[in-house]
Amino acid sequence: MNAGGARVGLSAGLPAGSGIGLKPQHFQEVLAVRPEICFFEVHAENYMVDGGPLHHYLGRIREHYALSLHGVGLSLGGDGPPDEAHLDRLARLIDRYEPASFSEHLAWSTHGDMFLNDLLPVAYDEATLAQVCRHIDRVQERLGLRMLLENPSTYVEFERSTMSEPTFLREVLRRTGCGLLLDVTNVHVSCTNHGRDPGTYLRELPLDAVGEVHLAGFARDADGAGDPLLIDSHGSAVDEAVWALYASVVTRLGAVPTLLERDHDVPSLATLLGEAARAQSLLARDREQPRLSSHRGGA
Amino acid sequence: MNGAVDRSSKQAQFAAALLDPTQACPVGLRTWNDSDPVRRLAVYCNNVVSSLIAALADTFTVTRLLVGPDFFRAMAALFVRQNPPRTRILAHYGDDFAAFIDGFSPAAAMPYLPEMARLEFARMQACHAADAEPIAAGVLSAALGNPDELAGMRFEWHPSLRVIESPYAVVTLWAAHQTDDEIPSVQVDHAERAIVLRDALDVLVLPVAAGTACFVGRTLAGMAFGAAAAAAAEVDASFDLSATLSMLMRHGVLVSLRAPSTSCNSRTFS
Repeated sequence: MNAGGARVGLSAGLPAGSGIGLKPQHFQEVLAVRPEICFFEVHAENYMVDGGPLHHYLGRIREHYALSLHGVGLSLGGDGPPDEAHLDRLARLIDRYEPASFSEHLAWSTHGDMFLNDLLPVAYDEATLAQVCRHIDRVQERLGLRMLLENPSTYVEFERSTMSEPTFLREVLRRTGCGLLLDVTNVHVSCTNHGRDPGTYLRELPLDAVGEVHLAGFARDADGAGDPLLIDSHGSAVDEAVWALYASVVTRLGAVPTLLERDHDVPSLATLLGEAARAQSLLARDREQPRLSSHRGGA
Repeated sequence: MNGAVDRSSKQAQFAAALLDPTQACPVGLRTWNDSDPVRRLAVYCNNVVSSLIAALADTFTVTRLLVGPDFFRAMAALFVRQNPPRTRILAHYGDDFAAFIDGFSPAAAMPYLPEMARLEFARMQACHAADAEPIAAGVLSAALGNPDELAGMRFEWHPSLRVIESPYAVVTLWAAHQTDDEIPSVQVDHAERAIVLRDALDVLVLPVAAGTACFVGRTLAGMAFGAAAAAAAEVDASFDLSATLSMLMRHGVLVSLRAPSTSCNSRTFS
């Protein structure tokens, strides 16, 4: 595979149905049962190893399913430019597995050569906007594809921010041409954490650029004033408030590739498939109704 | 590596505060309800440290069982704060965890603990090492028919192959923890050796005698076959070369034989 071939694969985008995260403990069951699911998603960094069982199973599962490659280590919001060795590793994975989509986060996770393994917040000002756009330009140029950028869940904001998160995202999308990975849970979490209305937030986002939706569970805490502080934990079932917000997105957008994310306390494959089926039923119901047109996946 | 990193930048301050609870809260944070940002920053601190402890717990499962979850968490938290990952690939994180445990005085009563961490890190690396096809059947037996040439040959092993040599019985101790049954008491005060390798998709920890460990270790380090076999016989009078070779062949870890390289010519048999 060459970079041009990878671009062709990516421009098709993910199938407009529901998918789940692929977990090593489910590899053999997936191959044995071949569940009806539209795609699987993997974290790119977990597969940046030379060989062994992870590549063995991903290769076999990829023969039967579309794949979404989701990065957590590119640090697009970092002070420094994207790490070229990391881009090389991503390019090798894309060549090998021909994913239908590659996505990353509006966040930073490295400082110098130190990797912090969390998605850390950025200020929404002009300097950061220019920097993030430069980094995304480099990623899209190096990988030869149009990537999707995920809206973050955040717990603090910055005094120096001069624009709202949706305005910042809209401007990144406009300048770089990248698509949007709309994490509906992150919308709910961040809006709760910062006293905003998720409906207004969604109306400010360029939803026609959505190439994938993420749904996940969150944990509840409280801040110093006793107000709710939601934590994006990926460790439980999707909350009813998030399902309701998702239903409003589907009504607006029509069928859209939707991933059920679960990274901690991973339940049985059947449980994950059950959540995916609920998303699928919302998508199917929507197919029977008129909707806003949207283009997604391709540039 | 990112070349231009400003150590005084806002992200540098933020990163420092995440790893060091004694650092002041970064300036310039805002909350919608004017609540203290420290409580919110703590979510990030906890995400960073807890997720990295969890990554270590995935690799060092028996080390964790030996000390218990609370002790492990405290020890790993200290390690994470002092040695945050220099890699974004968490399967490779923790290469210096054994050395850290070695110097961690609260664990001094368990001198075999760093040895266990070394074994478990070797297993993780073996699991994710590159794939390689075993040498074609017959190549080794043909080479064995020409001992003079064989003596100078170098062995290329499967990338997963590693040697563990410990002054404690960590191989038996590790094996005793691979069951849900009650753990038998293990006498740890004697040396043990093992080779770690991946056979098909399974990572194996195989106890071996001193001679086999020596032979594999020396050939892994690039020593020629004849010299490695002689060194193994010297450390272990009972070293059985042909049994060692057939065991290694059975697990498919011999990848190729290389004739001694001359100035611009070396032959490879695989």
